[in-house]
Amino acid sequence: MKPVFEYTKGMTDAITSYCPGCTHGVAHRLIMETLDEMGLLGKAIGVAPIGCSVVAHQFMNVDMCESAHGRSPAIASGIRRVHPDKVVFTYQGDGDLASIGMGEIMHAAARGEKFSTFFINNCIYGMTGGQMAPTTLIGQRSTTSVDGRTREQAGMPLKMCEILSTLDGPSYIERVALDSPAHIRAAKKAVRKAIEYQLAGKGFTFVEFLSICPTNWGLTPPKAMEWLRENMIPYYPLGVYKDEEAQDNGDK
Amino acid sequence: MAEKVLMKGNEAFAEAVIRGGVRFYFGYPITPQSEIPEFMSRELPKRGGKFLQAESELGAVNMAYGCGAAGGNAFISSSSPGIALMQEGMSFLCSAEVPLTILNASRGGPGIGSIQPGQADYFQVTRGGGNGDYRIPVFAPASIQEAIDILYDAPALADEWRNPVMILVDGLMGQMMEPVVLPEPKTPVTSADIPKLKPWAISGSEKGQRSVVKSLRLQPEVLEQHVEKLFEKYNRMEQELQKVECDSIEDAEVVFVAFGTMARLAREAMEILQSQGIKAGLIRPISLWPFPYYAFDALTDKTKVVISTELSMGQMIQDVQLGVKGRFPVKLIHRTGGMLPTSIEIVDKTKKILEEVR
Amino acid sequence: MATNKLFFAGSGGQGVLTMGQMVTYAAMYADMNATWLPSYGPEMRGGTANCTVVISTDKPVSCPLIYEADNVVVMNLPSLVKFESLVKPGGNLFINSTLIDQKATRDDINVYYVDAGGIALKLGNARTANVVMLGAVVEVSKVVPVEMIYKIMEKTFSGRKAHLLDINKQAFHAWKPE
Repeated sequence: MKPVFEYTKGMTDAITSYCPGCTHGVAHRLIMETLDEMGLLGKAIGVAPIGCSVVAHQFMNVDMCESAHGRSPAIASGIRRVHPDKVVFTYQGDGDLASIGMGEIMHAAARGEKFSTFFINNCIYGMTGGQMAPTTLIGQRSTTSVDGRTREQAGMPLKMCEILSTLDGPSYIERVALDSPAHIRAAKKAVRKAIEYQLAGKGFTFVEFLSICPTNWGLTPPKAMEWLRENMIPYYPLGVYKDEEAQDNGDK
Repeated sequence: MAEKVLMKGNEAFAEAVIRGGVRFYFGYPITPQSEIPEFMSRELPKRGGKFLQAESELGAVNMAYGCGAAGGNAFISSSSPGIALMQEGMSFLCSAEVPLTILNASRGGPGIGSIQPGQADYFQVTRGGGNGDYRIPVFAPASIQEAIDILYDAPALADEWRNPVMILVDGLMGQMMEPVVLPEPKTPVTSADIPKLKPWAISGSEKGQRSVVKSLRLQPEVLEQHVEKLFEKYNRMEQELQKVECDSIEDAEVVFVAFGTMARLAREAMEILQSQGIKAGLIRPISLWPFPYYAFDALTDKTKVVISTELSMGQMIQDVQLGVKGRFPVKLIHRTGGMLPTSIEIVDKTKKILEEVR
Repeated sequence: MATNKLFFAGSGGQGVLTMGQMVTYAAMYADMNATWLPSYGPEMRGGTANCTVVISTDKPVSCPLIYEADNVVVMNLPSLVKFESLVKPGGNLFINSTLIDQKATRDDINVYYVDAGGIALKLGNARTANVVMLGAVVEVSKVVPVEMIYKIMEKTFSGRKAHLLDINKQAFHAWKPE
């Protein structure tokens, strides 16, 4: 009998430790499935962040190392120097990348480092228990903004795709969402493009996944998906923020 | 023997680690060691290596962690405040058992301090500024040649133990020139060699097994086992890596203990005292961790006092006291903040101390 | 001579660090032990320069730092004022009399007034003033063999700089004790 579906070899057999309804599993699988389809699992080297996905290496079936909080882009830069022919990626959350790791991500992107960063933005610190993240929306409640984030007290949330697209180093930047089958299919295309650009030596590539955190948002997964659509997408618009190839074509 | 050349410390340090097999350098400028990144940026590309100026010391140590985790022989250098920033990475490197060669050109502190020679990093480098139970071997050469020899061996030592190794110097040694003999360059490890030489390194699972380099162990019983395993290694290091030079200690009435630049001043002070008929000796720890406590067992009843001579308010003196085990009084002669005593100043202070203890 | 300590001081551009390095090279070529230590730090950019050379014939140099010197060279007045006291009793003080019109104040040392700039100018290259001074130091102190100074000169002044070798050798021998 011919199998109609096989689970990707890009994921280990381990049962994920993420909360029910969490989209980390979706993002993990999109990345690993893509690497599998491209025949790159044996060549891939990943860097796991600090945050819920610190344990990503238990599930992503490729060579991986852990990172100190926010330092993944520096670590990936080091790995890249040793293995210029491999596929290198970092997987980072919003506190890791947009707060403590801002220096590392900005400079790796500016250098046009030839690795891909997959950025999980769920507007909250998950692992530490729901504190305000640099991407927490105005009005959003967290354990360190119990009445909702205010501009006066905490400033405005950071839009990483927009910030990074001001740099000349990145070759591809896209924001996707994991709230619907259509968006998830689009997200997988973005992952593939990021890796293809990396393989082509085009420079730094970045995909931001708008994700949910039902546990810390205090919502059921379906409600959380709705909340993402109604609140996150308007502030963090989906789309391609930078595409070197498209720009090249435009110039010609 | 190879021809003697006159080399400035900083350039000699850099040349020595390249000859020792290092092909990757990550650094951030800080006085008094900025000639090292300058040298590396010129030399490494010529020798098939890679230089990357990091955005910060945090960036540098983590680039080196990534490089080492991937199987590369990395080198980083900095000075006291920069080393403080790198301590986060050192704790991770030790837990994940990633090799790295680190040079600290220590300067006066605390805070941004001064750029002149200091030894107030003793606690920082021997006790660890990072979190958790870990150890890093620290070697403190007192001449450019000794620094070259230690730096030449350091990458292999780091690989052998799968642990960072630190060399502690200061700006005076970095600027000084001495005739030296450079060792023959070792053949560097290439990326293609890594899967075979370092199967644990993250070089892609196509090598036949999946590698994970990590330090997180959320279950306390698992972490305890891991740390105990690390300490079996550190205990062996304590046995095997102690290095010390002893001079005229057998019948010495006064014994100086000093390392690095201060050891050279103490040696001259010892010679002046000897020329005046006072029996003086010198214990010069070359490894600061593991500290050569055993060296103090060789002191005889003729010794009246042991003097820790330091460029700090007295940090190594705690190890000296542990080594002396209460057999003799332990005193301190020191300057700090980047100030250096003259050897005559040490002689005069020693005579006063001798009057007190006799 | 077991140990000889030399100290060179002046302002930036007077070739003070070079003088010290040439002596150090010569000592190395003569199989002696030597250290060269420049002053470093902010004052490097402030216009004054000095370096310490310690040469030892019988054992490694114990200490590259000095509290007194056998030979002190001062190329400008501030250096004379600051470092005359560094000369050990019976030691030598070399004063660049081209720029310094003051005399030494001590009488327990040997003082040599060397018109380094004037002699260099007469030779036709004012930039060799430091070599004239170095010649005086080596002539008086015999701290390193002259041939070894030649050796470093021949290495330094080769290729595109080869035409400077002769004038530097002349400058090195230009000063004669009175």
